[in-house]
Amino acid sequence: MPDSAVAENLLEIRDLVLEATSYPPGEPPKNVTLVHGVSLCLQKGKVLGLIGESGAGKSTIGLSAMAYGRGGVRITGGQVIVNGRDILKAGARGLRSLRGKEVTYVAQSAAAAFNPAKPLMGQVIETTLASGQIGRAEAEARAVDLFRQLGLPDPETIGTRFPHQVSGGQLQRVMTAMALCPKPDLVIFDEPTTALDVTTQIDVLAAIKRAIRETGVAALYITHDLAVVAQVADDIMVLRHGRTVEYGPCKQVIEAPQEEYTRALVSVRSIDHVEKAEAPPLLSIQNVTARYKGTGFDVLKNVSVDLPPGQTLAIVGESGSGKSTLARVITGLLPATRGHIRFDGRDLSPDLTGRTRDDLRELQMIYQMADVAMNPRQTVETIIGRPLEFYFGLRGEAKRKRVQELLDQIEMGHGFADRYPAELSGGQKQRVCIARALAAKPKLIICDEVTSALDPLVADGILKLLLNLQAEEGVAYLFITHDLATVRAIADRIAVMFKGQVQRYGSKTDVLSPPFDDYTDLLLSSVPEMRLGWLEEVLAHRRMASAGN
Amino acid sequence: MTLHPVARLAAQRIALGLLLLFAASVLIFLGTQILPGDVAQAILGRSATQQSLATLREQLGLNEPALTRYFSWLAGVLHGDLGIALSNGQPIAPALAKRLGNTLFLAGAAAVIAVPLAILLGLISVRYLNRWPDRLISAVTLATISVPEFLLGYIVIFFLAVQYQFLPSLSTVYDGMSFGARLHAIGLPVIVLVLAVLGHMMRMTRAAILNVMQSAYVETAELKGLRPFAIIAKHALPNAVAPVVNVVMLNLAYLVVGVVVVEVVFVYPGMGQYLVDHVAKRDVPVVQACGLVFAAVYIGLNLVADIVSILANPRLRHPR
Amino acid sequence: MMRLPVSALIGLCLTTAYFAAALLAPLIAPFGVAEIVGQSWEPASAQFWLGTDSIGRDLLSRMIWGGRTTIFVAAAATALSFGLGSVLGFFAAVRGGWVDQVLSRLVDLLMSIPSLISALVVLSVVPVTIPVLILVMGILDSTRVFRLARAVAVDIAVMDYVEAVRLRGEKQGWIIFREILPNALSPLVAEMGLRFIFAVLFISTLSFLGLGVQPPMADWGGIVKENKEGIVYGIPAALVPALAIATLAISVNLVADWVLDRTTSLKGGRNAR
Repeated sequence: MPDSAVAENLLEIRDLVLEATSYPPGEPPKNVTLVHGVSLCLQKGKVLGLIGESGAGKSTIGLSAMAYGRGGVRITGGQVIVNGRDILKAGARGLRSLRGKEVTYVAQSAAAAFNPAKPLMGQVIETTLASGQIGRAEAEARAVDLFRQLGLPDPETIGTRFPHQVSGGQLQRVMTAMALCPKPDLVIFDEPTTALDVTTQIDVLAAIKRAIRETGVAALYITHDLAVVAQVADDIMVLRHGRTVEYGPCKQVIEAPQEEYTRALVSVRSIDHVEKAEAPPLLSIQNVTARYKGTGFDVLKNVSVDLPPGQTLAIVGESGSGKSTLARVITGLLPATRGHIRFDGRDLSPDLTGRTRDDLRELQMIYQMADVAMNPRQTVETIIGRPLEFYFGLRGEAKRKRVQELLDQIEMGHGFADRYPAELSGGQKQRVCIARALAAKPKLIICDEVTSALDPLVADGILKLLLNLQAEEGVAYLFITHDLATVRAIADRIAVMFKGQVQRYGSKTDVLSPPFDDYTDLLLSSVPEMRLGWLEEVLAHRRMASAGN
Repeated sequence: MTLHPVARLAAQRIALGLLLLFAASVLIFLGTQILPGDVAQAILGRSATQQSLATLREQLGLNEPALTRYFSWLAGVLHGDLGIALSNGQPIAPALAKRLGNTLFLAGAAAVIAVPLAILLGLISVRYLNRWPDRLISAVTLATISVPEFLLGYIVIFFLAVQYQFLPSLSTVYDGMSFGARLHAIGLPVIVLVLAVLGHMMRMTRAAILNVMQSAYVETAELKGLRPFAIIAKHALPNAVAPVVNVVMLNLAYLVVGVVVVEVVFVYPGMGQYLVDHVAKRDVPVVQACGLVFAAVYIGLNLVADIVSILANPRLRHPR
Repeated sequence: MMRLPVSALIGLCLTTAYFAAALLAPLIAPFGVAEIVGQSWEPASAQFWLGTDSIGRDLLSRMIWGGRTTIFVAAAATALSFGLGSVLGFFAAVRGGWVDQVLSRLVDLLMSIPSLISALVVLSVVPVTIPVLILVMGILDSTRVFRLARAVAVDIAVMDYVEAVRLRGEKQGWIIFREILPNALSPLVAEMGLRFIFAVLFISTLSFLGLGVQPPMADWGGIVKENKEGIVYGIPAALVPALAIATLAISVNLVADWVLDRTTSLKGGRNAR
């Protein structure tokens, strides 16, 4: 446990219990306990990382440091002591003097958290002005200093802009400036980089870390990404289902985790996958160019990649790189304007309507959001059984038997056939989607970000299942993702996409080994690694590289 | 020359509104032509003589093709000539203008009361969300929504004019009447119109404000420790204006319909009563003229609502 | 089985009672619809439970017969507006392209004129009969159903599960009836209640204006018109239909709310045990 005797505690939370009321439709409302007696303490100038999967209670704990319950969350037990006073006992006036002055907040989506009708500057200095200690000119000068410190472009004038006129990564930094402007003792960072692309995330993360160090403010840093929190935190608390799993100094949690769950989090994506040898392609995309109707530019420009049977081609890129569009072109939902797609030795019609039933059957798709990829009014048996009926004419007992075989294959076993999607967990839903694709006996499955909506441990299970199925069935995967750890775990070949073009393409070893082109280097080096000091190394490396030029 | 996006969009909407009005005029004209047989026969009934039928056909211009008739009607309308009423042979425009004035006076008086009241009640509902003031307002407005206007009319007559005799049950107005006397005369119809639109207007206002109050930026303001008044004035209100104005305009458009029935109940000499009387008399030119005026007011109010939304949108006002 | 909430129970009972009275009018009405049985505006008595009307007909009998007309016309208009609106709405959403454009613009146009005004314009030249009223109300109101059905279907049509089915090569019929319809049903059913109430108010208004159901047939709006002169003498006969319309509207609302609540909770399957 962190030593609390040395320095004065800025924040101390004792046995915190948080509850909310849920209103299931058609049923009486019921109380749900979200956090079961969590305790923590934080000294002046230190950073505590709160980490956990969705539903772990990390954000609600963070907000309790401002005595705030979001969306009907109530603090029903424990104490929250800030600067020596229990803020749960402070009245409305006491809370107003705490919020925005002693403790400030940086939200996950700055785009939603700024008032869209007002320029940024007024919002940034609002609480500083309200405190009445300094005038407008001085407050604005302080804000401009912060903008500069956070590496924002045009620090003098960016404050005159409206929120929608500033990019997401910049807005996140402006919100950090807003939180730091009143010189608080504590800032709560609630997933401040989660919504950003990986190459943007590293800049914002570096800016936040520098600002924390230079202002000497203490911080609660909330995230689901252990590698991110390892870069900024002094201490780490691992949470699961509203309970503390492990709490200790950052170095110890990362390098010598005590609990099984933490060890699993640290070692996620430890799958060992040996790359397969090159072979003649099953799918060959040749010089494909595509654009959406009514737009004036190509979203895919001259894309060529090959995928041998039984192998995995990972398409890597950030949002807007065209990787999902490529999937739409291959499936025929968006016909290419130029180029060919050859599949299993034949030309595929660019348009969905021109494809044969076998074309459709041999090329299946799995989606990112399993919730909306299944009809909520069909049972698992209908969902998996329909392709059997549609492609192979299976009915009655034969169909039932095959559905059960498929369920066994995705490791779900008995008792799931007559359930509805809403009765399954996130991982189970994705497994059913995999079974539905397998039912068609495909040669190729397109996997569009299939693990990015899942918690890390669940995602790991899905990846292992996909690899096993590939070994058993010899199916090829076109795996679209923004997550390089996933790519390392499962790919045989990799194509890096940037602005609609293939930036780099080849076998996994080739693509991931230097020398790199600029973009691939930026992308690869931006992915947080699970070790202390990674951020500093990357930044130092980049400074050297730019000095060398 | 490049126009500011707000000006461009607003101009687009106005052009669209005019197009819609033109299409509506076609529709109204067609609406009176849909009868498979002879309009003159339908108007005069089976017992009409050949000669009176021929006269009426001549009067209606039925011997011309429909297209010619439509364009000569439209040309007249554009010059302020709405045609001649069949029932009394008088030009329609002057009679209609006077009644339109009366109707706007009645609807305007109702709007002056209903709009602030609805916004106030909406604010109270949000302030005391799910507590008794909110529930009470919800229950009462649900009741007023469920009763048609003409019944609201007789209920208020029964209680306020007959039982207690606060206000006259017939809204007689005439030339040279003082402003105060006019207001007294329209007391009951105004109450009915207010009750009729208040429910919808208040509920939609409540929803619009609630939507803003539950946004992330209002949470940010709360986490800044601002006073409740500052949160509402600085952060909620600037964003709530557009949706609330929208709601108000849509409901004023609804008021235009409510006024037809209420005028009949209180025998008030406005557009609505004029229209209903002439539908019964099958006076097609008057019905067409009234329909067009009602459609123009309705389309106009919807247009204002659209333009207010455009003007209030910061993304359009301050493009990247 | 889910417990029936009290509000839904009250709504269901009253709605059923009104529909039953409408169906069984010939059996339960004490007198004929146009039968003059007493003096005008007699007060309520053991013989005439609600008193008599302006020309001495039994008001209770008029109300029962009138309810039959009002409910029948409103139900028929609702059925027509639903048949027309939902089929065209789904069709526009699934087909897209110019079919969608033409239908949507036509609906925009129809909705740019208030329904009552459109109805009055048409009724100025067309003979006012029950089938005409049903047709006019049904067509005018189908615009709202069209918009809802189209919006709901468009929302569903872009879901990944519909895309998955299209990629499988399923026919339009399967997509509309097996994938979209089951998920679009609950908002449409709730809307049906609201449209029925709207139709009741609409036909009552037209009859009150003298442009709906024609005498000697009775309907609730007409009963108000016939007895409105009595109001100034303190005779509340014209207010009786008010009570009937308001209670019917509120009961149907309560039932619609319950149906919506129940079907959304069923959305996930059998969660609502």
